[in-house]
Amino acid sequence: MTLRLEKVTKKFGSFTAVNELSLEIPEKQIFGFLGANGAGKTTTFRMILGLLDQTEGEISWNNGEIGYDQSHLIGYLPEERGLYPKLKVQEQLIYLGKLRGMKKTDALKEIDAWLERFKVPEYKNKKVEELSKGNQQKIQFISAVLHKPKLLILDEPFSGLDPVNVEMLKKAVVDLKEAGTSIVFSSHRMEHVEELCESLCILHHGSPVVHGKLKEIKKSYGKKNIRVLADFDTTFLEKISGVTKYKPLGDGCEIQVEREEIASSIFEQLYGKGFVRTFDLEEPTLNDIFIEKVGASYE
Amino acid sequence: MNKFFIMMGQTYKNRVKSKSFLITTIVTIALIFVLTNIQSIIETFSDVDEEKKVAVLTEHGDWYEFLAGSVEMNDQLAFEKYEGSLNDAKTKVEEEDYESVVQVEQGADGTPEGTYYANQIANTGSSEAVRQALQQLKVQYVTEQADVDPAVIQQMNAPISLELVALEDSAKTAEELEQTRGLVYVMLFFMYFSVIMYGQMISTEVATEKSSRVMEILISSVSPVSQMFAKILGIALLGLTQFGIFILVGYIGIQQSKDIGDGSLLDFFGFTNIDPSTVVYAVVFFLLGYLLYATLAATLGSLVSRLEDAQQMMAPMMMLVVAGFMIAMFGLTVPDAAFITVSSYFPFFTPLLMFLRVGMLDIPVWEVALSLGILVGSIALLGWIGARIYRGGVLMYGKSSSLKDLKTALQLSKKEH
Repeated sequence: MTLRLEKVTKKFGSFTAVNELSLEIPEKQIFGFLGANGAGKTTTFRMILGLLDQTEGEISWNNGEIGYDQSHLIGYLPEERGLYPKLKVQEQLIYLGKLRGMKKTDALKEIDAWLERFKVPEYKNKKVEELSKGNQQKIQFISAVLHKPKLLILDEPFSGLDPVNVEMLKKAVVDLKEAGTSIVFSSHRMEHVEELCESLCILHHGSPVVHGKLKEIKKSYGKKNIRVLADFDTTFLEKISGVTKYKPLGDGCEIQVEREEIASSIFEQLYGKGFVRTFDLEEPTLNDIFIEKVGASYE
Repeated sequence: MNKFFIMMGQTYKNRVKSKSFLITTIVTIALIFVLTNIQSIIETFSDVDEEKKVAVLTEHGDWYEFLAGSVEMNDQLAFEKYEGSLNDAKTKVEEEDYESVVQVEQGADGTPEGTYYANQIANTGSSEAVRQALQQLKVQYVTEQADVDPAVIQQMNAPISLELVALEDSAKTAEELEQTRGLVYVMLFFMYFSVIMYGQMISTEVATEKSSRVMEILISSVSPVSQMFAKILGIALLGLTQFGIFILVGYIGIQQSKDIGDGSLLDFFGFTNIDPSTVVYAVVFFLLGYLLYATLAATLGSLVSRLEDAQQMMAPMMMLVVAGFMIAMFGLTVPDAAFITVSSYFPFFTPLLMFLRVGMLDIPVWEVALSLGILVGSIALLGWIGARIYRGGVLMYGKSSSLKDLKTALQLSKKEH
């Protein structure tokens, strides 16, 4: 049940929204889609779901096209949240579940279980418009996973939620993966992607600029971060060759170095200058990679 | 197919339970009840109506006698001779002892002339009766002066009898025409209102789903084409429910009023003796007309992203309905006019105009078949185009409601291989 995109291009008139995107999203994994606003994430999702037709290229899932006959295997949480404001939560979820091929009795059972899990069973007979934004989002999430899809597409699932709810939803996403669902999700919150995804792809102006397994991406990126907290002035570190970035902190600095070896030379230069309270060599964050890859092409 | 019915059911269920549906149904039921019982209602009220007294001031005693005699049959008006001065009489009117006062004098040429005084002259009902009585008086006076036999005058005034006979065997008789005219009239109103009401409902339904953004979930589970037609048929089902209720209420109401007096409302609309083929045509044209306009409404609804814009988008469609209605109303008196014939083939007018022609004229079967063919063809074409626009339109957001959106919507749904 691998989802495969081969040289997929989408043009709206003369504007290219997605450009030659090739991806392979393996089964039972969480795949992260990153990109600035307007990078083509939502367009890609819509093409995967068949809501839009690609201008060029092939999209296949399970070695076939995704059509309406498979809609019971697919779950979708659109970026623009939308439910019927006047319908009661339970009614609404039953209807949406039925449209995804569920029986009413199964839907009822699942709805109760999910509402319980998200600690909102009291909303079952409330109209959606009476719920807060965050709670509406939980209902929306339930509508995407109610029918136990094999492929789940989540467009910005955590935006607009408080930290407690983000954790709750993250846990649900991980559990779904463990139960055998392939999940594709987009975000511009790097820490979420870093925490959840095995593989990812960074889109920039419709083209993939980084693509692969998270660990390999970090490794091949090469650059490392060093955090130094010391009792003496550390500004001289900025001048050392191999240091690509320098950011002063209150009692120290944060620097980025090109290779790991440079870190040891920096360590030596700090030695003897005074008391060093912290010397911390860190893996680059996805945020660094993202800013560099996406920011670089702006120049 | 299963999802199609789920969606249709949901559309129907939502609407049937809605407050607006309940209110319109109840109001219309009340209206039907009033209409079917209008005679007994009028009778109930007119019983308490008092006779209006009009004071007559005149120096000619025989004139007064004549006037009093001419309104004898009218139980809502009575003349009373007033002997006092005009000013006294006016005061009496102000005190509401009299409804009005009329002064009758001899004019320059010797014929009677009148002046009518009342508190309000807005209600022409009583002054008109007075005018008629005076007119009769004048005729009486002039003929007397000219020494003409009153019988001659009566003959002159009697209406002419002109019998209309159609020579073609299959042409409708005057009686039949009267009946179908009534039916066509009712049918035109039904079509007009249901297209406006249910068309609006469909486009609102689509626009609501778009504005609440639930649309994206829906089109990812059900294809836009079956979604569009599920809505159209769901609302059609709603319409049938509503009309079913109306017809039932109307039938009961008419049965009741028949017990009281004669069913003259029925006679008026010519419902007593309807040609079954006309009823069949009515149903066929009504359903096809609904489908055509509903498809258009759904397509237009899919182009707007906010509910407020839906109204604006529907305007061109409303113009079409109103135009068809106007032409049909005009066509009731001249059903064989050339432009009625021509416009009856224009699919948006066919349901109204071809039905009018079928009902009132004797037209060959092939003409009806041709117009039905064009109508069905247009529904299919519009359905096909509509489905594509719908598919693209539902993903389109932003300030909209222009023809440019049509193009964009079509582009969005285009399959490029």
